[in-house]
Amino acid sequence: MAIFTPAYTPGVRNVRRRARGRFFGLRLSLAIVITLVMVFPLYWMIMTAVSPRVDLYQSGLHLWPSHWTWDNFTLPIKQFPVWQWFRNSAVITIAVTVITVIANLLAGYAFAKLRFRGRNALFLLLLSTMMIPVQAIMVPQFRLSIDLGLFGNLWAVILPESATVFGIFLARQFFLAVPDELIEAARSDGAGQLRIFVSIVLPLCKPLIAVLTLLTMLSEWNAFAWPLVVLFGNDQLFTLPIGMVTDLQGQYTSNYGALMAMNLLMIAPMVILFVAFQRFFVQGLARSGLK
Amino acid sequence: MPQGTSYKPRRQGAYTHGQTAAASLFLLPNLVLVGLFLLVPLVLAFVISTQKLGSLGSPQYIGIDNFITLFRDTIFWETVWNTAVFTIFTVPVGMVIGLGVALLLNSVLPGRTLYRSIIFLPLVISGVATGVLGSWMFDQYNGFFNKFLHAIGITGPAWQSDGKWAMISLILVTLWQRVGFDMLIYLAGLQGISPDLLEAAKIDGSSAWQRLRHVTVPLLGPSTFFLLIMNIIYSFQVFDTVWALTRGGPDFSTTTVVTYAYREAFDDHGPQQLGYGAAVGVFIYLITLAITVIQWRFSRTRDEAG
Repeated sequence: MAIFTPAYTPGVRNVRRRARGRFFGLRLSLAIVITLVMVFPLYWMIMTAVSPRVDLYQSGLHLWPSHWTWDNFTLPIKQFPVWQWFRNSAVITIAVTVITVIANLLAGYAFAKLRFRGRNALFLLLLSTMMIPVQAIMVPQFRLSIDLGLFGNLWAVILPESATVFGIFLARQFFLAVPDELIEAARSDGAGQLRIFVSIVLPLCKPLIAVLTLLTMLSEWNAFAWPLVVLFGNDQLFTLPIGMVTDLQGQYTSNYGALMAMNLLMIAPMVILFVAFQRFFVQGLARSGLK
Repeated sequence: MPQGTSYKPRRQGAYTHGQTAAASLFLLPNLVLVGLFLLVPLVLAFVISTQKLGSLGSPQYIGIDNFITLFRDTIFWETVWNTAVFTIFTVPVGMVIGLGVALLLNSVLPGRTLYRSIIFLPLVISGVATGVLGSWMFDQYNGFFNKFLHAIGITGPAWQSDGKWAMISLILVTLWQRVGFDMLIYLAGLQGISPDLLEAAKIDGSSAWQRLRHVTVPLLGPSTFFLLIMNIIYSFQVFDTVWALTRGGPDFSTTTVVTYAYREAFDDHGPQQLGYGAAVGVFIYLITLAITVIQWRFSRTRDEAG
């Protein structure tokens, strides 16, 4: 298989044909088949969500609904506080994103541009917390959230979920590329560190802020383990993923149309964000390895 | 804040002092959050793991009894085995597929950015949504796979009641979700390989396979290492997909170690065996720490170069 194909070969008449390289037809069909395999489960989810229930239990494969229906959406929405869960997910996602992005930007700047004692040791300490899974600390975290009076409201999710360091490393790398001369010039004009940061450095770092914001939103909207631990028992506080596994999967054990409809509702915001800002997602995930 | 002190380039000491004050303010929010919600719980996890603590009663110190129970707990070892099987089948297989797809979509093809986007898309879909979707597609009576197999004359396996097949369905669902990440990292790595090098190898008369084997793959080493670590950590810590797809069942056949920690310490009804759950948590932390240390030893240059 041709790994590299020159985009332009001088002196060849049929340049376009050459540029396609060897096995063009084979490669193209393979790419299309792989793409179809990857997209098929999503098609199956959408198809199930708009199919009447009888379709699902007929024998044989049906690739298209016998007629379209919205019942799969309206039934769970009538039976469960789905919109409340949607709102909780949104509130938690926005709050965690605001807190995390601000905290990580500030810390990343300190590690990139400020000189202070113990910088490397502190950096290593924070780095070492990056991979701690929720399950390692969920028991003490659960007791702590009770002791701090967070238990029973959304802050019990928001504050612990905001304790992340992923963004610091991304931010630090980005800030390292900001020229020191710029900062020193502002300092000699008498500007304080916070002012330099807010009015000189941050305006240069809009792509960084976009990447951090989108990645934090993604991981929070999809957050599962900690919310599951701390939100049990009160379905008014559930987020969409918690409502899905606790209530919907319990209720609709064989009504997959309803489950697929609610699945669609749950993934829609992130799919829309992804389509709109794909470039930032790709850049951010490539650099950080988040998720 | 160095408000009054004018900047003096030669005198490091003066402005280092001002910077220390500024740095502590800049670091404060993150340090408070991480200290309170990660480091303090981490220390307490070790403390609680030495306690007999049922639900939320008063704790009783029992030394290392929880760990002795843990090492004699056959279900625990079963979950360690499940985690190993899951990791071994998701990580290398996903990376090989990811590399293949990256090579394919790095070559000139019409519409390749569209293919890339679609292969990448499952990555933004939550583990819960992926698991719920998987539970439908692998439903052993009406799911897509068994209906499809039936249509071509094969009786499909019992994806839900047979532990072995449940594990296979979990691995397949995870591969679907993760392969886009492998592709993405390898595509970025391929971008960094000079075309001249491959061209030179071609002129020297090497075959496409030889170029892949002796030029491309070795040059992708850093990407491979990064993916290996990231994917091992991911597979070791997977929980949401498991919980939504199988709840760790049937019995414990798809329960991974982190799922077991949750099942012991909590369930849908709230706290259960907290002390014992904390002991499983400490075990998980130590494994994670070991992986992280290995990563640091082999890639120390990565961050310093940044």
